[in-house]
Amino acid sequence: MNDNLIRLTDLEREVPFALSDAERHEIEHALGHYPDGRAASIEALKIVQHHRGWVPDGALAPVAALIGISAADLEGVATFYSLIFRQPVGRHVIKLCDSISCYLTGYDELRAALEQQLGIGYGQTTPDQRFTLLPVCCLGACDRGPTLMIDDALHGDVAPGAVAELLAAYP
Amino acid sequence: MTRESTMTLAQQLLTKPLTARVNTAQPMDLAAFEASGGYRALRLALKELSPQDVQARVKDANLRGRGGAGFPAGVKWGLIPMGPDAGVKYLVCNADEMEPGTFKDRLLMEGAPHQLVEGILVAAYATQATTGYIFLRGEYVLAAARLNQALAEARAAGLLGRNILGSGWDFDCFVHTGAGRYICGEETALINSLEGRRANPRAKPPFPQIAGAWGRPTVINNVETLNNVAPIVLNGAEWFRGLSQGKSPDGGTKLYGVSGRAKRPGVFELPIGTTAREILEQHAGGMKDGYQLKCWLPGGASTDFLLPEHLDLAMDYDTIGKAGSRMGTGLLAVVDQTHNMVSVVRNLEEFFARESCGWCTPCRDGLPWTVKILRALEAGQGNSGDIEQLVSMTKALGPGRTFCAHAPGAMEPLQSALKFFRAEFEAGIRADHAPAAGSPASSAAG
Repeated sequence: MNDNLIRLTDLEREVPFALSDAERHEIEHALGHYPDGRAASIEALKIVQHHRGWVPDGALAPVAALIGISAADLEGVATFYSLIFRQPVGRHVIKLCDSISCYLTGYDELRAALEQQLGIGYGQTTPDQRFTLLPVCCLGACDRGPTLMIDDALHGDVAPGAVAELLAAYP
Repeated sequence: MTRESTMTLAQQLLTKPLTARVNTAQPMDLAAFEASGGYRALRLALKELSPQDVQARVKDANLRGRGGAGFPAGVKWGLIPMGPDAGVKYLVCNADEMEPGTFKDRLLMEGAPHQLVEGILVAAYATQATTGYIFLRGEYVLAAARLNQALAEARAAGLLGRNILGSGWDFDCFVHTGAGRYICGEETALINSLEGRRANPRAKPPFPQIAGAWGRPTVINNVETLNNVAPIVLNGAEWFRGLSQGKSPDGGTKLYGVSGRAKRPGVFELPIGTTAREILEQHAGGMKDGYQLKCWLPGGASTDFLLPEHLDLAMDYDTIGKAGSRMGTGLLAVVDQTHNMVSVVRNLEEFFARESCGWCTPCRDGLPWTVKILRALEAGQGNSGDIEQLVSMTKALGPGRTFCAHAPGAMEPLQSALKFFRAEFEAGIRADHAPAAGSPASSAAG
């Protein structure tokens, strides 16, 4: 039962972390697009994620300081958005569209093929840290269902039998 | 470019103003776009028209918002405070295309990015906006790259920035990319997200035109809507109204489309008011061999199902509205006979439950409850009273009970599926739970 209690020592523990010059520079550039620093919060989180694959706890305080809001506030933003990753992900993130058009054109079979070949389910990462599998909202390519994205690349008309070859392109 | 092909494109632009220039493999750069008549509407507006003149043209054209609601863009603009003391104002393009079954704005942004930039510029001039944002979903990586390229070209050519084309008017525009969450497409949630907050919707009033982004007057228009603006300014309201060829009291063309098991799914620019039958049978080639049409969503996950008997309806806002659904985004998702409607609706409601922002209780609690019942029915483990409970959900989560239209939208496919396919839901009730006809449980339904 006590496991459910948050211990203050965890919250106060310093996590060694420093933003790289590149991250800092990119965040400062994004700040120039808005009348208010907070507006860059999502972009700043995406910049950290772009460089590190995910957003570690330690990033919150320095990013929040840079854009002028509290770390708690920034964490509230970070946890709201499904494409900000608050735990480590694999080298490649597979986003499988589970919305209606893909559902109507073979989503269930594609999901089964992916889970079988990867040996993982939604929200999980393969033991070799190669792939993370996530569901995603309609990817806006409904004429090519079923669809998925691997990293930034969109793949349409993905037959379950083509999954092995597709995955092989992402070492 | 030869004279002949220029003529051809110019003619195409008069009948298909949205897609004549679309080339997703290699979109026009600034030079090619200008050679095809691009930025002529902006030049005309800056040199010869007042902002009020531009507003009047769009109002006369009765351009209705293509994001799904169909609200007239000119009326929306008319609510913006004008005059020298109006101060900072924003023009936001809603490019957060995430409505399941909708794939039209991607085509425009990837295939003709300068067209959107010109539409934003003309709309911003009409409302005297000072800064613009393209609120683009994070997954549209290619669209982001192409829009940023188009904006950079426009900025370098003096079409964006300070003293645009020597007019004395300053305006700049930025691409703002999101990080997931369907709710960001709701315009007040979009504003919160643009400001860097959690994307919870805001209460209206105040409406964004009065107090939107950072408390300033803000116009939010959909990508397809904005793509219509420059052609209207250039060719006039009468031309725009004529584009519908008498098929609808509304003007213009519309990006229609078909997804699901059709022979040739895709997006088609057609006169607004084209029948669903023509869209499906003529342009998408009909259903794939071996599949029959069971029902269809006229424009996204948050629209009521319609039946094959509704195919001859004109796809415009009022006609589809009168038939008990909404045109929504105008892209049909066709359901074939192999699908059980309980499963189809379960898929839709899982989406809505996951994407609820959690702000309002009926939505946050009602949608997962709905999913739980649907999963039980799907597994043949439904209890007596489940269907009555779903019917009551369509009321409890309906319009007027939440800040935004997320929960009411989620109830549209559910209520219509219950209306048209009730037997499929009843079949999911456990045999030992099915009420006898005339029993208190069934007579209390409704």
